[in-house]
Amino acid sequence: MARVRELLVNGARRQIDVDEARTLLSVLREELGLTGAKYGCGEGQCGACTVLIDGVARRSCVVTVGSAAGKKITTIEGLAANGRLHPLQESFLEVDVMQCGYCTPGMIMAAAGLLGKNPNPGEAEIARALDGNICRCGTYPRIVAAVRLAARRSK
Amino acid sequence: MTPRIHRRDFFKLTGAGAVVAVAQRGPERGMPEEISAWLHIGENGAVTLYAGKAEMGQNVRTSLAQAAAEELGVSVESIRMVLGDTDLTPWDAGTFGSRTTPYLAPQIRRAAAAAREMLMDVARDRLKADRTALTAAGGKVTDAKSGRSITYGELTRGQKLLKMIPADTSLRAAADWRVAGKHVRKVDGRAMVTGAHLYPSDVTRPGMLYGKVLRAPAWNAKLISVDGSAAKALPGVHFVHEGGFVGVAAADERAAAKALEAVKAEWSESPQPSEREIFDYLRKHAGPPQGQGIRRGNIERGMAEADVRLKQTYTVAYIAHAPLEPRAAVAEWEGGKLTVWTGSQRPFGVRSELASAFQIPEERVRVIIPDTGSGYGGKHTGDAAIEAARLAKAAGKPVKVVWTREEEFRWAYFRPAGIFEISSGMKRDGTITAWEFHNYNSGPAGLQTMYDIPHQLIVHHPCRSPLRQGSYRALAATANHFAREVHMDELAQAASMDPLEFRLKNLKDERLRAVFAAAAEKFGWGKKKKEAGRGYGIAGGFEKGLYVATCVEISAPANGPVKIIRVVEAFECGAIVNPDHLENQVVGMIIMGLGGALFEAVRFENGRMLNPRFSRYRVPRFSDTPPIEAVLLNRKDLASAGGGETPICGIAPALSNALFDARGQRLRSLPLLPPRTS
Repeated sequence: MARVRELLVNGARRQIDVDEARTLLSVLREELGLTGAKYGCGEGQCGACTVLIDGVARRSCVVTVGSAAGKKITTIEGLAANGRLHPLQESFLEVDVMQCGYCTPGMIMAAAGLLGKNPNPGEAEIARALDGNICRCGTYPRIVAAVRLAARRSK
Repeated sequence: MTPRIHRRDFFKLTGAGAVVAVAQRGPERGMPEEISAWLHIGENGAVTLYAGKAEMGQNVRTSLAQAAAEELGVSVESIRMVLGDTDLTPWDAGTFGSRTTPYLAPQIRRAAAAAREMLMDVARDRLKADRTALTAAGGKVTDAKSGRSITYGELTRGQKLLKMIPADTSLRAAADWRVAGKHVRKVDGRAMVTGAHLYPSDVTRPGMLYGKVLRAPAWNAKLISVDGSAAKALPGVHFVHEGGFVGVAAADERAAAKALEAVKAEWSESPQPSEREIFDYLRKHAGPPQGQGIRRGNIERGMAEADVRLKQTYTVAYIAHAPLEPRAAVAEWEGGKLTVWTGSQRPFGVRSELASAFQIPEERVRVIIPDTGSGYGGKHTGDAAIEAARLAKAAGKPVKVVWTREEEFRWAYFRPAGIFEISSGMKRDGTITAWEFHNYNSGPAGLQTMYDIPHQLIVHHPCRSPLRQGSYRALAATANHFAREVHMDELAQAASMDPLEFRLKNLKDERLRAVFAAAAEKFGWGKKKKEAGRGYGIAGGFEKGLYVATCVEISAPANGPVKIIRVVEAFECGAIVNPDHLENQVVGMIIMGLGGALFEAVRFENGRMLNPRFSRYRVPRFSDTPPIEAVLLNRKDLASAGGGETPICGIAPALSNALFDARGQRLRSLPLLPPRTS
């Protein structure tokens, strides 16, 4: 079985040695200690594991590490630049979105993917883009408000 | 005997400084003093608060810090909270039943107030000041006369000040609150938005292995034989078979999953009831009623006095909590002592489960609950903790077990299914005279009616449930409110009265009347013109000292989809501690509640759950979320109650009542919508 020996994660080349068939999520969490991406369902249905691959929001629980090799992977840990929080991280804090917070990294990464394609989405567009992300605490209205706030700030 | 934190332990744990602990008498008389919370002020002025609760998203870490900051005169950010660690925090029954805010928060206030007074006494002696001229604020005591001040750290340096205070010390009134009662941002929010926050499933230990447990093909299946030779032959795999437990541990999760696939097992099954026959099954397996029930007046007389009588049956399905973080645990044995990091609402309950599973004293078990990816009443047990500990013991290394989503659906426990039989009678003018209510299997929480009815008979009949069942958010109150408030609507219809007017006619409780009035006013109840395909519904109730009323507007054309246009909910829980976080909880509960109201149901057949995935078990998503307005009534004259449960009770009956209003068809079973045929 082929091995994957390097991943480009958060701007750094990370050396690993893993079976290419493992999920990207398990490698990020177990091999690289990047536990911000969460396991929630293992079938790409809840979005807790969302990361950016070449700028596109992807479910790392259904992406094999082999298919992510050589591409630019961004996790929640790599979103803040030079110690400055990303506008979405700021707005999630400002709107005080979180209850348990377990969905938060996935929500922020999915929203970052959306803002990458559409810098000024309306409420309906946000709801559509994030509909694959589950928050069991039901903080959806605050998440929409936070994404809107970040979009306004980024203009 | 459960080990408890003792006063001689405090400084061993913390080093020098000042300690204040709140002592209550134990549950039985003559028990040694029982500590419910304690705090320490270190030689650097750092304040650490110890309490046995778990944070799962209710924001108690913030609200309890507010309570302490309020009395101690320090900022919320300067308080460190140690929660749910059985070696460090006082014993606690568990985080459930909306008990943190009404019971624990006042004790934390008392501890903080006593600490402030103790520091001011020390400051008086140090500064040789007039005690009445001293004020405590900003982490220091200041003498108004001399202008000199001395920090809390300076006051506690080299000291071992200890004060035990009784649990009934008086407190600052809510009207005089300065820190509590206001919005304070979630204290650990930054760690959550950067991914730095470590949930139970994120914990790692040096040399840690990943574990998987063999599951039966059906509930209640018995293990006949197991062959682990192929799994054992794999490199680095530990195979464990002890009684009914079969599991493996390996270097990574995929290797563990592969090893588990290599295990061969034989099971024996016997037929089990399926979803379509569940209500007959529960009725046939009803035990004797629990206690005397609620009896008032004479139910036969009440029925005889009625002009109109109504009898109806309601049902609710089993539903799953589906916390986004499934059960997870990391276990480590060291020198005969077991430490487990896990997500649970009952740290001390899990410690007892572990001690009993491994036949060791509780002193040799430490359970630590990192802030958890939610529970909603669904994480009372220590299943994953015991599994991880078994594997770790056999492997001689720390082991992590994280349940898959499918395991979480199949092998956790459910909100009970239930049947409700209601017989009622009323006068022609809409005055209810009789209320007979039988609840089968659903549970006794929120059983009583809040309406003023002279003749009542209300009984809970526990049943043998074929599915594992347990607590849910607000326990059975969601189901009991659904049956009661839909039946109230049916009575209003029979009396040809407006549903709100009918309720108020039969309601004396002022706090409940106030939330009905507040919700109706904000919603504009009764002001909208009747349109085809539009429906309006209202419902309310109370539970655990909390009052809720919910109004909904829906679009439900005869053969079209149901869409919620808006929801208005009024809620009152005494003096509000953190209004913004309360609003977040109330809105979240309405969203969670509309899942159970409209589409959530555990589908099962012959011992198997048929929809144990998010692709098949539908939970509320962004696209299901209507505009929601929460009206929070702040009663500063009343003690604060917990806000994380009761607000979920109003949405299901309000939606059923709105569907009737729109379509003229009464839906008496949850979920209200038929399953999607896609």
